[in-house]
Amino acid sequence: MSVNQQAHTGPPYGQPQPGYQGYQQPAYGGQPLPGVPQSQYGAYNGPMPGYQQPVPPQGSLRAPPTSGAPPPATGASLPSGHLAYSQFGHGDVQNGIPASAAPMQRPPASQPFLPGSAPTPVSQTSTFQQYGPPPASVQQLSNHMAGMTIGSTTASAPPPAGLGYGPPTSVPPVSGSFSATGSGLYTPYTASQGPPPTSVSQGLPLAQPPFLGQPISTQRLPTQVPGFAPPPSSTGIGPSSYSPATGAPRPPTMPGPPLSGQTVAGPPTSQPNHISSPPPPSTMSGPHPGPPMSGLHGPPPPTHPPQPGYQMQQNGSFGQVRGPQPNYGGAYPGTPNYGSQPGPPPPPKRLDPDSIPSPQLNELPPQQKPRHRIDPDAIPSPIQVIEDDRSNRGSEPFVTGVRGQVPPLVTTNFLVKDQGNASPRYIRCTSYNIPCTSDMAKQSQVPLAAVIKPLATLPPEETLPYLVDHGESGPVRCNRCKAYMCPFMQFIEGGRRFQCCFCSCVTEVPPHYFQHLDHTGKRVDFYDRPELSLGSYEFLATVDYCKNNKFPSPPAFIFMIDVSYNAVKSGLVRLICEELKSLLDYLPREGNMEESAIRVGFVTYNKVLHFYNVKSSLAQPQMMVVSDVADMFVPLLDGFLVNVNESRTVIASLLDQIPEMFADTRETETVFAPVIQAGLEALKAAECAGKLFIFHTSLPIAEAPGKLKNRDDKKLINTDKEKTLFQPQTSFYNNLAKDCVAQGCCVDLFLFPNQYLDVATLGVVTYQTGGSIYKYAYFQLETDQDRFLNDLRRDVQKEVGFDAVMRVRTSTGIRATDFFGAFYMSNTTDVEMAGLDCDKTITVEFKHDDKLSEDSGALLQCALLYTSCAGQRRLRIHNLSLNCCTQLADLYRNCETDTLINYLAKYAYRGVLGSPVKTVRDALINQCAQILACYRKNCASPSSAGQLILPECMKLLPVYLNCVLKSDVLQPGPEVTTDDRAYIRQLVTSMDVAETNVFFYPRLLPLTKADVDSDSLPAAIRNSEERLSKGDIYLLENGLNIFVWVGVNVQQGLIQNLFGVSSFSQISNALSTLPVLENPFSKKVRSIVDMLQVQRSRYMKLIIVKQEDKLEMLFKHFLVEDKSLSGGASYVDFLCHMHKEIRQLLS
Amino acid sequence: MATYLEFIQQNEERDGVRFSWNVWPSSRLEATRMVVPLACLLTPLKERLDLPPVQYEPVLCSRPTCKAVLNPLCQVDYRAKLWACNFCFQRNQFPPAYAGISEVNQPAELMPQFSTIEYIVQRGPQTPMIFLYVVDTCLEEEDLQALKESLQMSLSLLPADALVGLITFGRMVQVHELSCEGISKSYVFRGTKDLTAKQIQDMLGLSRPAVPLQPGRPLQTPEQPVISSRFLQPVHKIDMNLTDLLGELQRDPWPVTQGKRPLRSTGVALSIAVGLLEGTFPNTGARIMLFTGGPPTQGPGMVVGDELKTPIRSWHDIEKDNARFMRKATKHYETLANRTAANGHCIDIYACALDQTGLLEMKCCANLTGGHMVMGDSFNTSLFKQTFQRVFNKGFNGEFRMAFGASLDVKTSRELKIAGAIGPCTSLNAKGPCVSENELGVGGTSQWKICSLDPSTTLAIYFEVVNQHNAPIPQGGRGAVQFVTQYQHSNTQKRIRVTTIARNWADAQSQLQHIEAAFDQEAAAVLMARLGVYRAESEEGPDVLRWLDRQLIRLCQKFGQYNKDDPNSFRLSESFSLYPQFMFHLRRSPFLQVFNNSPDESSYYRHHFARQDLTQSLIMIQPILYAYSFHGPPEPVLLDSSSILPDRILLMDTFFQIVIYLGETIAQWQKAGYQDMPEYENFKHLLQAPLDDAQEILQTRFPMPRYIHTEHGGSQARFLLSKVNPSQTHNNLYAWGQVS
Repeated sequence: MSVNQQAHTGPPYGQPQPGYQGYQQPAYGGQPLPGVPQSQYGAYNGPMPGYQQPVPPQGSLRAPPTSGAPPPATGASLPSGHLAYSQFGHGDVQNGIPASAAPMQRPPASQPFLPGSAPTPVSQTSTFQQYGPPPASVQQLSNHMAGMTIGSTTASAPPPAGLGYGPPTSVPPVSGSFSATGSGLYTPYTASQGPPPTSVSQGLPLAQPPFLGQPISTQRLPTQVPGFAPPPSSTGIGPSSYSPATGAPRPPTMPGPPLSGQTVAGPPTSQPNHISSPPPPSTMSGPHPGPPMSGLHGPPPPTHPPQPGYQMQQNGSFGQVRGPQPNYGGAYPGTPNYGSQPGPPPPPKRLDPDSIPSPQLNELPPQQKPRHRIDPDAIPSPIQVIEDDRSNRGSEPFVTGVRGQVPPLVTTNFLVKDQGNASPRYIRCTSYNIPCTSDMAKQSQVPLAAVIKPLATLPPEETLPYLVDHGESGPVRCNRCKAYMCPFMQFIEGGRRFQCCFCSCVTEVPPHYFQHLDHTGKRVDFYDRPELSLGSYEFLATVDYCKNNKFPSPPAFIFMIDVSYNAVKSGLVRLICEELKSLLDYLPREGNMEESAIRVGFVTYNKVLHFYNVKSSLAQPQMMVVSDVADMFVPLLDGFLVNVNESRTVIASLLDQIPEMFADTRETETVFAPVIQAGLEALKAAECAGKLFIFHTSLPIAEAPGKLKNRDDKKLINTDKEKTLFQPQTSFYNNLAKDCVAQGCCVDLFLFPNQYLDVATLGVVTYQTGGSIYKYAYFQLETDQDRFLNDLRRDVQKEVGFDAVMRVRTSTGIRATDFFGAFYMSNTTDVEMAGLDCDKTITVEFKHDDKLSEDSGALLQCALLYTSCAGQRRLRIHNLSLNCCTQLADLYRNCETDTLINYLAKYAYRGVLGSPVKTVRDALINQCAQILACYRKNCASPSSAGQLILPECMKLLPVYLNCVLKSDVLQPGPEVTTDDRAYIRQLVTSMDVAETNVFFYPRLLPLTKADVDSDSLPAAIRNSEERLSKGDIYLLENGLNIFVWVGVNVQQGLIQNLFGVSSFSQISNALSTLPVLENPFSKKVRSIVDMLQVQRSRYMKLIIVKQEDKLEMLFKHFLVEDKSLSGGASYVDFLCHMHKEIRQLLS
Repeated sequence: MATYLEFIQQNEERDGVRFSWNVWPSSRLEATRMVVPLACLLTPLKERLDLPPVQYEPVLCSRPTCKAVLNPLCQVDYRAKLWACNFCFQRNQFPPAYAGISEVNQPAELMPQFSTIEYIVQRGPQTPMIFLYVVDTCLEEEDLQALKESLQMSLSLLPADALVGLITFGRMVQVHELSCEGISKSYVFRGTKDLTAKQIQDMLGLSRPAVPLQPGRPLQTPEQPVISSRFLQPVHKIDMNLTDLLGELQRDPWPVTQGKRPLRSTGVALSIAVGLLEGTFPNTGARIMLFTGGPPTQGPGMVVGDELKTPIRSWHDIEKDNARFMRKATKHYETLANRTAANGHCIDIYACALDQTGLLEMKCCANLTGGHMVMGDSFNTSLFKQTFQRVFNKGFNGEFRMAFGASLDVKTSRELKIAGAIGPCTSLNAKGPCVSENELGVGGTSQWKICSLDPSTTLAIYFEVVNQHNAPIPQGGRGAVQFVTQYQHSNTQKRIRVTTIARNWADAQSQLQHIEAAFDQEAAAVLMARLGVYRAESEEGPDVLRWLDRQLIRLCQKFGQYNKDDPNSFRLSESFSLYPQFMFHLRRSPFLQVFNNSPDESSYYRHHFARQDLTQSLIMIQPILYAYSFHGPPEPVLLDSSSILPDRILLMDTFFQIVIYLGETIAQWQKAGYQDMPEYENFKHLLQAPLDDAQEILQTRFPMPRYIHTEHGGSQARFLLSKVNPSQTHNNLYAWGQVS
């Protein structure tokens, strides 16, 4: 879909297109593209030719991309190609397809939904013109098309896609041709497919009709409406809702004239992506050309002979959209990728079936049905996008040498080769192509943000950052901006000086660092020095980088255990003590060190604190009670923090005795702030950084600083005061956090509440010190033990840095202005974290303060100063170079929706602290509408306003955004507690892109479809109840929970195999683990669960849900494409709403 | 006046009372003209081998404002079974138990020889003695080790049922729980923060917890004992535990950087000790024993900062008002002392350090509560070890020589009023008809609390004669005073000792001879000295000396016989003859002279001076000097430089020091080794004699004196030379001295 739109933009893009090609190549081919897209592209193009004939013609390239892989197939037989299309058409699939086209990755475009692109046909006609469908397409083509959203352009867009694949063939035709052709083609498609298939394929179609389409269309522009629909053609979602209009419009675009036929075609294509369910009825009728379409597959192609190629393209375009657009010269990469991708796309067919819904459309009297069902399959499908990216980009390593490359999706397994830019595992950006001016940035409303995970864990195949030791003088840095030596620094004057890539200041090279340059201006030792050749590396810090100019001592872990009545009674205290005995042998250690340098200490507490002296020379541990909680201090120095090996027996004796000592406790009150203070004071006294592990059970109501009262009040929800639920009760904890950060005291909190304990307040210190919160409501030993212990183990063992300060430096022109995550900031630039572990992520937003230039691009350097777990002071540097663009289309083509969502979610979650939730939600919707409207206005080929056109790269934005809006924080269901909301709010704030992705759009796997003989996971399905079959068992995971949903009609054999009971009714939903049974199915399921558990940073809670059981309500909450109980819109409804918003903006 | 001397001695032995005047001037005016006030030294628990306590309640006068105890001076109507109170003249019925009373069947309290009698009464629960050790851990390793050994040793000296507790302090204060198995548990407090008693009790979990009602748990009725037992346990139960705990006691682990003093939270430690006892055992005999090896350096009660470069305050600083912390610290300890006294507990201070330890500020803790104050150079000296051991000495009857929670009630005849008391006591603020408006010492009350006392503890009590000048001598011519001391005996019994004495009134104009003859110059010297020392605590030194001088002059004016302008004609009667000499030495004594003494030393000396009995006090005022030579048996000699002769061995006892000084010749002989030659065995004996005598003194004295053995020209001879009257000096030795 996006493709189409792109197409629109086409003209301008035209040039860019090359870029795309370029990118693709690099990406796919793995060929390192020079930073500069276009030029390089050009170059590549050269090569491209080799690839695909089309290549040369960049424009065509796009096409190729889409068709990429398909091309071959398609190429061969256009018809087939169509088929493929149709597959795409399947709706999301189509979109997906593009996705699949993986290459498409960036489908810059727009995958707007074209609502009823299909419907379009009819009304479209009128609209069409507007769209300038055909022309548009042309233009689009000229543009990169690729980017184009589907929209009417669909045709065009698709073309690109098509280009990629099948197109190759067609590709040859230059972009220009494409567009033209494309459009043409599309139309046909749409037309043909459109109606019947369209709806299907595009999904949009279906929807279209039902959608606003009619109403809207009726209201405003039939045309516009149609617009939507049509747009679908490309990405087009819109269609459905807007159906009529869109649908109509679309067609017009493409086929314009041919409308009926073409239109259809057009939309359809686009539709795939777009969900434009334009005014179905009318459209429908109109489009019904579709009917003809029915023939679609066949027909369309026929229609436009050339089209075939296009069509291909179209499909491709979708695909391309993603991939290609990024700049890849669609051509290059496109081709390669596409090749593979194409395959998948075809599936669109599925859509058709689903498209069936379209019938509804039919039913819908055009105008009347304001909201009609849009075919869910016709709207962009996250699953499809993920699958496509996986198959397209999962196989080749991602080489980071090229500037502004868009990495594969987080859901894709890929290897990274560091050739000068930081791995996407460390940094991901919302866009890899930054607008040159702030005006552009403002216009697009696309937030410029980077999600940075400085200490991310790498897969074993990738090498850790090298440690560089520059000796006593420390790392080489720019004199002015203090940026660290990096691959982008320019050596001049024979290597005697270097010019800073950030601020352009010229700095002398220190004598010991001098090296001659070779004929290309590179230092001779370029490859010997990680800081000159790699994107990520570490420096050994000198004493100047240490607190008080003293090298730090190794950090300490302090375990602080609540021993109040609740904790003891639930068996928690005993459990923790038992676990610690063995866990202490697994403290993190550096490199090959034999034993961990980390020292440990123990504290227990209820209303008072008990410190323990476990000095190795003691015969028995000593307990020191501090009851002066008003003024906390550490009662001992020597013997509190000890080396585990030296004090092993004393520690063991202590851990044995703690549960005994408090076995009869009747103390129910606890303190909290003094506990943190105690840990802080202990670290202060020991002059080291460290981490507190606090195991806490209740609201701290005992008389002490930081005492809290129960202020939970559900009545506040949806009022202006709701924000107070997220704010800490008292500022005491903020001040405490500040002190903790100053000392490098990180606080990890394990909560075991049986009632409200005010996570919002208790979590403040944890949050600001870079710690983690774990919450186990109603903790029960039997069911929660595993989860807790696994979390604890992971938390204790994971790699962590202390006393960290992170600064992000950027090229002149942009500036890091805002930060999200678990940290503290004492000024506006330095992110301070008492502790930073491998799971913590910081999202940084950038704003322009000047212009950027396309030539030099934009650079980011994230420098993290931290103390390693062995007490070594280090600097970890991540560099990333981005492209800059003067064309909005480039921006949209190089976006990453997952990252965008990560940013938006964090932004919104922070917003709830200060504004009513409703305001936050509206702002979120508004921003996205603006983003999409801007695209529509500036990049998409003209099409009916009724068409929803989404950039290929952002075609999932609506569905994901809807998930964010429906999340517990922004729209709580009745069963969600205030604590849960606060907990999730804080949790999300530290999540990386992969985590937010699965958190907001959970993964739903049909277990019964799993292949017991292979290692692979079954293909995920979309999160909708409609997708569940009563006869299957499903697994849903969101990073916090795993649900195993059992349908009522599941075969007894399966139940027996999995649960060890003979019938559905005997399955206990109290199970917290799956029984270990010796049969392939059980093994397979358990291995899947284990595999998922390993992937996530937290051990997920396993919940068995039986269909039609009470718990199912809970489960349904996670079926995020459906309407939620708390009032969250279904995907389809939201899409319609979004479309409406966009249209309002456009008008 | 041998008779008077005997009388005085008898009275002292029987009643433990010495009056300055044994015949009392009959009017206020005359009494004032006597210069030395009518006063007495009272040793409430004077050891009486021949005094078996009676096992019943005393009979009290029924007048609520009087409540005097039936005594031999009362008039008894045996037929009517009535007795008349000799203080208020109230007629009282004998209680039913006295029905069989008759002239031949008298209860003990009516027999004249029982002017002092002791009752054992059954009141309240009997609680065992409590000993709470408060131990400084900022000590040198060697010192700490010695202290730990002393403490462990002391456990074996305690009665088995005594409760003991342990608080250690350094930078922090730790209250140790004593009944833990497997893990040693302590409550820790910050050393810089003053806490109220309530806070301390809350933090120690001593306040009654709001017991959450838990079904299935039997209510623990004996809550109180359970709680307190966490910190205070019977010795026999936790003997081993405590021994181990003391054994594991480490020096304060907090680092002390160069140029700093260790941070020592004495103020808070004491405060917690006081709070702990206050919350658990109010009004029960308890000893807080503070062992400290240096000055408090942080928190409330800090005496000096932790910077070594700022020395601890000296008298010079105090005069210049340069002692920054003194006033605040003093106030802190005073507050503590008053609380402690109010609860009937006492605080001992054992301070062993080469430098000052802040006794000046802390003195009130011991002074007001009757606790001991011991000052030494190190815990690793026999001075400390033996002194500490002596705290637990037992008397002739195998009972500890300590008693707790005493209150002293003084009743007087109408012609007398009570002006005040000086000694280890605090006022109970009991106003009454017999309380004078003029205060001497701690006045304004007729009752005092003495939280801890031993058989030698002596109070000075001052009276005022209020009889008008023109009024006749009271009927019967005798005035009476009754001292009622209620206390907790070391065997936990509650006892009441009642002493009733009477003295004759005499008209000073017509019977001055009698009055003069009945002057007890020793008692008078000590009583005046106590007044002087008491004043010196609050006034400038010179003022006190001037006052003393004036008093002496007035006394001589009144009682001396002389011709004007003829110094040689001056005579004083025998009963006054020694008094000027006492005053002379008192002026030179460390009680009034601060030169060459640190503030701590002054406080230490004054502390002991204010509580010792008459004999010891006199020794303090005028040290005793004995001479040993071949010329005869050992003899006391004048405390004068002329007594230092080459062929003499001198033994000086200043109470705080015992000095043996070998004269020049003797020292030479000793160096020559004559004592080892059989033919000079007599020389050996001569050398040995003072050693034996010194040993005898050392055995009995508390605190153990500093023992100095020196010789002519030895550096330590300064101790002797500084005390003697310098009649012969380098200025006159060859002129005047030789001539004489």
